[in-house]
Amino acid sequence: MPPAIRAERLVKKYGEVTALDGLDLEVEEGTVMGLLGPNGAGKTTTVRVLTTLLKPDSGHAEVAGVDVLRRPKELRRRIGVSGQYAAVDEHLTGLENLDMVGRLYHLGAAASRARARELLEQFDLTKAADRQVKGYSGGMRRRLDLAGALVARPPVLFLDEPTTGLDPRGRVGMWDVIEELVRGGTTLLLTTQYLEEADRLADRIAVIDHGRVIALGTADELKSHVGGERIEIVLHDPAQLATAREQAVGLGIGESTVDERDRRLTIPVDGGSDDLVELLHRLGRAGVGISEAGLRRPTLDDVFLALTGHAAAEVETGDDDEDGAA
Amino acid sequence: MSAISEAVSDSWVITGRNLRKIKRVPDLLVFTILSPIMFVLLFAYVFGNAIGSQDTGVDYQEFLIAGIFAQTVVFGATFTGYSLAEDLQKGIIDRFRSLPMSPSSVVVGRTISDIGINVISLAVMALTGLVVGWRIRSSVLEAIGGFLLLLAFSFAISWIMASVGLLVRAPEVVNNASFIVIFPLTFIANTFVSISNLPGPLATFANWNPVSSVTQAARELFGNTDPRAPAPDVWSLQHPVLYTLIWVVIILTVFVPLSIRLYQRAASR
Repeated sequence: MPPAIRAERLVKKYGEVTALDGLDLEVEEGTVMGLLGPNGAGKTTTVRVLTTLLKPDSGHAEVAGVDVLRRPKELRRRIGVSGQYAAVDEHLTGLENLDMVGRLYHLGAAASRARARELLEQFDLTKAADRQVKGYSGGMRRRLDLAGALVARPPVLFLDEPTTGLDPRGRVGMWDVIEELVRGGTTLLLTTQYLEEADRLADRIAVIDHGRVIALGTADELKSHVGGERIEIVLHDPAQLATAREQAVGLGIGESTVDERDRRLTIPVDGGSDDLVELLHRLGRAGVGISEAGLRRPTLDDVFLALTGHAAAEVETGDDDEDGAA
Repeated sequence: MSAISEAVSDSWVITGRNLRKIKRVPDLLVFTILSPIMFVLLFAYVFGNAIGSQDTGVDYQEFLIAGIFAQTVVFGATFTGYSLAEDLQKGIIDRFRSLPMSPSSVVVGRTISDIGINVISLAVMALTGLVVGWRIRSSVLEAIGGFLLLLAFSFAISWIMASVGLLVRAPEVVNNASFIVIFPLTFIANTFVSISNLPGPLATFANWNPVSSVTQAARELFGNTDPRAPAPDVWSLQHPVLYTLIWVVIILTVFVPLSIRLYQRAASR
């Protein structure tokens, strides 16, 4: 079976800034691909190219068997897009928004309305159906926007940072909705800045940096690369860092690192909380004063550090470069 | 669906969406209904009395009305650019562009709904005008022709503003920038004064200004001219309907394709 999404050597430059630098990507039908990277890495540009919103300088892309560059209109019938910013009309009601989208997909008046009601129900917006969107919360707008992407039941769906800007509750709610969707067999390309999100939703993750894919694999594969969980200990007295490090020998699964300025010791472990308890015992016996201690899952920063040697935050080029004019 | 019927149906959906907004946004209601009333009243009573009868022939209030109509519909056209820039800014254009809809329909729908807004403004102004003493002294058919010409002219200006809005992308800037152009365009004309009162270069500009010709045409079609004070002897004002229509055609020929191109290129964020 051919992949549902195939991008080959996509290049897009904005003046001096290279947003996409020969990006290759394949997503199998019925699977979820997480595109993970910091701001400015090229995630949004990739989505915009694959959804016909932006023409690349060079490269080739096929989505749902349709050539993106040659048959954009044909493609638009088969995809759904929901962006980082909810693309809804705030002066229309929720129902009117979805109804309008249905008509613009040429579903016909009756079918558009029926589908709109169905989606409002599915996204828990029925009560707000006849209220203008300007009174909706951020999470409700996002859900409505996602519903808009689903109006024509597209086989391939693109979600660009679906939870950015949502509060933790909104985020978990959104994850539930997306998981439900994917169970129906939709192919999904999802961009995110959060490893946790990609971990929960994606079958495979492509880490992108400076407009290229720098690592590809399942969440577990990436994490094993990064080193799984780590213990972080912050001491009262930086002079005791060396002692603490000696005490940790034999506990971790990799080299422990010391941050003098923050008085912090980081040790990659695979024993979870048992390792943490053991280390705290040892440090207590050795008389090392602890101000903070914890077990931390790897973050995007850790993935980046491991893959590129620089932290995600250090990646240059801001939003403006990536999201600039076509 | 064929491409044409698709384009018509999509444009209609967009038009409906835009018109719905008039009911729901109070500013817009003020803009569409109250400000035209205010213009007619202000010009009729403040200017009408202050300036008094010029050598315009007819009663100055009657002379003014067509000018106010012309100015208001031209100003109304800025709304086209403003709204498109706003749609770009708010991201809804991204949604439209990801749909399999006809590429022209967002701009076509916009300019058509703005005709709707201008129809409302004109109706309100005509009623207000009738209240303050304006009369149509021609036939019904000619009067309808006058209104249609005003609408056709503002429709053309709408397309210019559509290009501006899609290019500039910031609603406030569209408004400010277009006012700088529209104020002189609507004042250096026969809208409120007789061209014969203007100094040399301004008179020349006013003679060939399409706002003058559309105003002159409306005056003639409403029967608000005075044979004792004929229009200046230049071709544009001797054949105001034809001259206005030529402008409409030229503007549409240039700005319809340009706006649609700009729309297709516009990546809102």
